[in-house]
Amino acid sequence: MGGESLDIVLQLVLNGLAVGCIYGLVALGFVLIYKATELVNFAQGDLMMLGAFTCYMLVVWYGLGYWVAFAGAVAVVGLFGAALDAGVLRRVLGQPQFAVVMLTIGLAAVFRSFASIVWGTEIYTLPTPFSAHTTRIAGVSVSHEYVSIIVGTVILCAVLYAFFTYTKVGVAMQAVSQNQLAAYYMGIPVKLMCSLIWAISAGVAAIAGVLLAPVSLVDINLGFIGLKAFAAAVLGGFGSIPGALVGGLTIGLIELFSGAYLPAGFKDVAAYLVLLIVLAVRPQGIFGAVGRKKV
Amino acid sequence: MTFFKAEGLGVNFGGVRALDGVSFEVEPEQVFTIIGPNGAGKTTIFNLVSRIYDPSHGRLVFCDEDITRLPAHEIAPRGIARTFQNIELFEHATVLDNLLLGRHAHKRSRFVEELFFLPRVRALEMEHREAAEKVIDFLDLQPYRDRLIANLPYGVRKVVELARALCTQPKLLLLDEPSSGLSVEETEDMAFWIQDIRTLLHITVLMVEHDMSLVSAVSDQVLALNYGRTITQGTAREVQEHPEVVKAYLGG
Amino acid sequence: MRFLFKTSYAQDLTLFTDGVQRNWYAALLGALFLLPWLVPAYLVDISLVLIYGLCGLSLMALAGYTGLVSLGHAAFLGIGAYAHVYFTQDLGLPWIVSVVLAVALTSATGVLVGLPALRMTGVYLTIATLAFALIIQEVFTRWDHVTHGLKGRPVDKPVIFGLSFASDTAFYFLCLAFLIAGLWITRNLLRSPTGRAWIAIRDSEIAAQSMGVNLAAYKTMAFSYSAAVMGLAGALFAHKIGFLAPDIFSVLLSIQFLLMVVVGGLGSLHGALFGAVFVAFLPVVISQARDSVPAWVGSVTALLGHDVSSAVFRAADRFVKQPGLEPGIFGLILVLFILFEPLGIYGRWVKLKVYFSTFPLYKQATFKRQRAYMRSERLR
Repeated sequence: MGGESLDIVLQLVLNGLAVGCIYGLVALGFVLIYKATELVNFAQGDLMMLGAFTCYMLVVWYGLGYWVAFAGAVAVVGLFGAALDAGVLRRVLGQPQFAVVMLTIGLAAVFRSFASIVWGTEIYTLPTPFSAHTTRIAGVSVSHEYVSIIVGTVILCAVLYAFFTYTKVGVAMQAVSQNQLAAYYMGIPVKLMCSLIWAISAGVAAIAGVLLAPVSLVDINLGFIGLKAFAAAVLGGFGSIPGALVGGLTIGLIELFSGAYLPAGFKDVAAYLVLLIVLAVRPQGIFGAVGRKKV
Repeated sequence: MTFFKAEGLGVNFGGVRALDGVSFEVEPEQVFTIIGPNGAGKTTIFNLVSRIYDPSHGRLVFCDEDITRLPAHEIAPRGIARTFQNIELFEHATVLDNLLLGRHAHKRSRFVEELFFLPRVRALEMEHREAAEKVIDFLDLQPYRDRLIANLPYGVRKVVELARALCTQPKLLLLDEPSSGLSVEETEDMAFWIQDIRTLLHITVLMVEHDMSLVSAVSDQVLALNYGRTITQGTAREVQEHPEVVKAYLGG
Repeated sequence: MRFLFKTSYAQDLTLFTDGVQRNWYAALLGALFLLPWLVPAYLVDISLVLIYGLCGLSLMALAGYTGLVSLGHAAFLGIGAYAHVYFTQDLGLPWIVSVVLAVALTSATGVLVGLPALRMTGVYLTIATLAFALIIQEVFTRWDHVTHGLKGRPVDKPVIFGLSFASDTAFYFLCLAFLIAGLWITRNLLRSPTGRAWIAIRDSEIAAQSMGVNLAAYKTMAFSYSAAVMGLAGALFAHKIGFLAPDIFSVLLSIQFLLMVVVGGLGSLHGALFGAVFVAFLPVVISQARDSVPAWVGSVTALLGHDVSSAVFRAADRFVKQPGLEPGIFGLILVLFILFEPLGIYGRWVKLKVYFSTFPLYKQATFKRQRAYMRSERLR
């Protein structure tokens, strides 16, 4: 009896971490854009959906190998993100923040429509090298798909960490977010920075989409995960990159465990309840800091 | 009765001591100026009085009442008004709306009455309007009454900021760098207005200022700060000649 | 050009700026009274416009005037709707009593949402209201006793003081009466100290506090008033759609309400009404276009020969019959408005009026936006 429940707990932990990694990656995308341009991108979840669909299309319609399609999807969506910034977001700089929020909400709806027109509303399966493989470790059935999510996230985070710690680009991006005019005066190529951060963020979303595809299947409603990833970003502290991941993992675990141990319906709203509690009690999240306007 | 007193004010922001043991007292109908180099902590004192920040030590007394821990919105009804260094006007409203907002501290209508705009609310609105018009006359803002703040030049905005503070009918007026960004003529007007505020309206003025000519022209008492600490206090002439003050401003 | 000579302070307090404006609105009211006899077929749709008008009013008071942007207002609509239906049909209360109770309940919920909202600014508040709406939608689904869950529950026609308001005309006048009352009350609030305090909160919280505005109290008041109006709209909405189900009060509906406010023009009551007309009629326009666009496109390309034009017709037909098209069109319109007309329909209307009233001396740069650079809103 005890051994069985331990198995269940471990299984829940593994699944929770895997789901949490996805939330963390999408939240990471939010936080990257927010740190650099102070915009909240409600279309992040739908970028993830586009990434998953593009990979599916490259693999199933054009017959490319998984890894080639993966890289292709990331590149395409990354470029799309940069184009989005250059073409659309740049025009709304200077408008109040919520106008931009509305803009990204509108964009999200457009992406979803576009996906349903091009790829239809059925649910698709993405064939991957790790589909339907499982290993038993310590009595827990470990699906390779879940492992791929966790490993993929770890690698991606290491790469991003190195990028932001050891290059001047990260500091330049911070400057752009705090006072754009001053950043211009300092010779920072502000527009290029913004487009670059959007490209990175979209790419991260695409990676999350491709990693998630084997687990949750590819369909246009993938974008709603973006809402839960919000909770992750807020929990971790909206301006904090490690916070996004920690927040994502926490929400993933909370969701899985509440699905198992709490009455029906709690699993769906667990993320939102956490969000409300965090915003009410400690709005800056775990790692965030509160700033005060200087008068 | 103690009109206004600051005792041993201290504020820490993280490791930085923005204020350290500052004490002074303001007499009624005085013009009291605080001077000091940038970063000395002058605006921090104002922010403490407006209750935007909490002090780490010390206390503030106004009309024999300890106001150190009051909520920020209870300061205006007690008779303290302030202007801001970087103008904090309501950009998308007209000048008149801004001034009527200054009357908020004297709001006596209730929410339920306002829902139906009962005659009592209408009568109170007329009272507020008359009070605002008196301030408009005092500061010659008639041409700008219905203009949006966003369309006004900087000098006019500063005057509107002052007007809004006056609409509160304060006993103590806090002016944060009233002459910054103003031309010579506008600064002279400001000097006359400050004197009128003291003499005609019987309002005590506590001022932060950099422009020494304005300070000498209107101040009764001057307090010099540096690095959050008091250097000296006295008349304008005494403070300007004090060696420590000269060193703080010119270095050496 | 018309000049306005002000001769008394009372003139600034009136509802209409002058006699001319008053007469225009009187004419509009007259036209609205005659509508049931002019266009009886569209009366039901117009009633929906009136109800949406109330919704737009509610969100405009909160988002346009107080600056608290809410993505969860469909939840308040649902609470008002379900509460009213429960009070009239399950508890058998009289209609007026039930509406009053539903409004009170929704208003109380507004206070509950407003309280934690006091600690949040800007985008955080928007996200919180979104989360609130999703949770409430789940509550609607699970609370079978009151809402009958996913089965949904039918709604009877309104019966007030024993008189049945089942006919389209009667219901239309009921909605019109409530909309006019809502407009009048909101306008009253906006020209009194409370309305000014709300605008102050939107533009500069710190300055508002220094003027004696109790932020917590006024933000809560804004939330509760907005929720109350939404609750009233919910009661009418329930009668209009005739059948309540949880998936009606979705995030998409909340986004439509916000669309109403943005497209209509933030910061003006006219904007709320323009937006309501826009959002209520857009699905009608889309479905009409669905039928006529393929045929039109086909006939235009008929010049290129029969095969080409019928192929184009089939492609267009397949395109517009897509189910996922409608949200996409909403999204596209929202994007286009924010990019090119941030002041909304009302802003465009004002620009047109200014153009005609200053013709031929209209200056091109009258409404030109200054080049703006982004400044951090994090340090508020």
